[in-house]
Amino acid sequence: MTHTDNGFSATRRLILQGASAVVLVGLGNLPFGLAPAFAAANDKYPEEAFKAKSEADAIKALYGKTPEASDKVKMDAPEIAENGAVVPVSVTTTLPDVTSISFLVAENPVALVASYKIPAGTMPSVANRIKMAKTSNVIVVVEAGGKLYSATKEVKVTVGGCGG
Amino acid sequence: MASTIRVRATSSGETTEVQALIQHPMDSGFVKDAKGEIIPPHFIQQLTFEYDGKPVFTADWGGGVSKDPYVKFAFKGGKKGDELKVSWTDNKGASDTTTAKIQ
Repeated sequence: MTHTDNGFSATRRLILQGASAVVLVGLGNLPFGLAPAFAAANDKYPEEAFKAKSEADAIKALYGKTPEASDKVKMDAPEIAENGAVVPVSVTTTLPDVTSISFLVAENPVALVASYKIPAGTMPSVANRIKMAKTSNVIVVVEAGGKLYSATKEVKVTVGGCGG
Repeated sequence: MASTIRVRATSSGETTEVQALIQHPMDSGFVKDAKGEIIPPHFIQQLTFEYDGKPVFTADWGGGVSKDPYVKFAFKGGKKGDELKVSWTDNKGASDTTTAKIQ
């Protein structure tokens, strides 16, 4: 029993020493390390979000919360897309402090199509071309001031761009 | 090899508008070829635009972005004659980088 006690306290001491070392190193690095650490975290490719099948799961994997519909998110997409392989979609918003904009297609095998990071000084407006497997809702999610806003529009597809 | 990236960056004084067109198959991994075999996924995952050493725009892409992708955005600042750096990496580890002069 005494033996185990000793073993335990030795481990405990090690853990404490380790923890204090981490704290010291952490504090020492803070002025230099902070900005690059955040940049690295922001630059990571969201692997899980691009595996999600449904748009709800993709948004959750990407942002960890759900968006509310907003008429301040303006999406420009065609009513009917003749070629699902190339559907031009753009979005612009009057919302302030936009940090990211994402495009999703509900009926695609993978819902998330593209996610753009908008640093301060970059306009909250993006145009791109996406693939659509079939007629589907296109969802745009705008992250602004830490909150999520979305716009949805149905695009009819006459020739699919994902099923071949 | 010629660059896969074509960029046009135009300054209007206050802002710079950027349009980029990249040559890439953007295979999603869901399409079958003529023999009925699945074409393996091959698409650009990240695309970054840097001005003055800082990222002004970053794209995370999946296989749902169209072949030979196009993107357009704008940022505040950017002087005529300054350089804009563009680079991408795909899911197979390939990459390309180019710089464009702001016009």
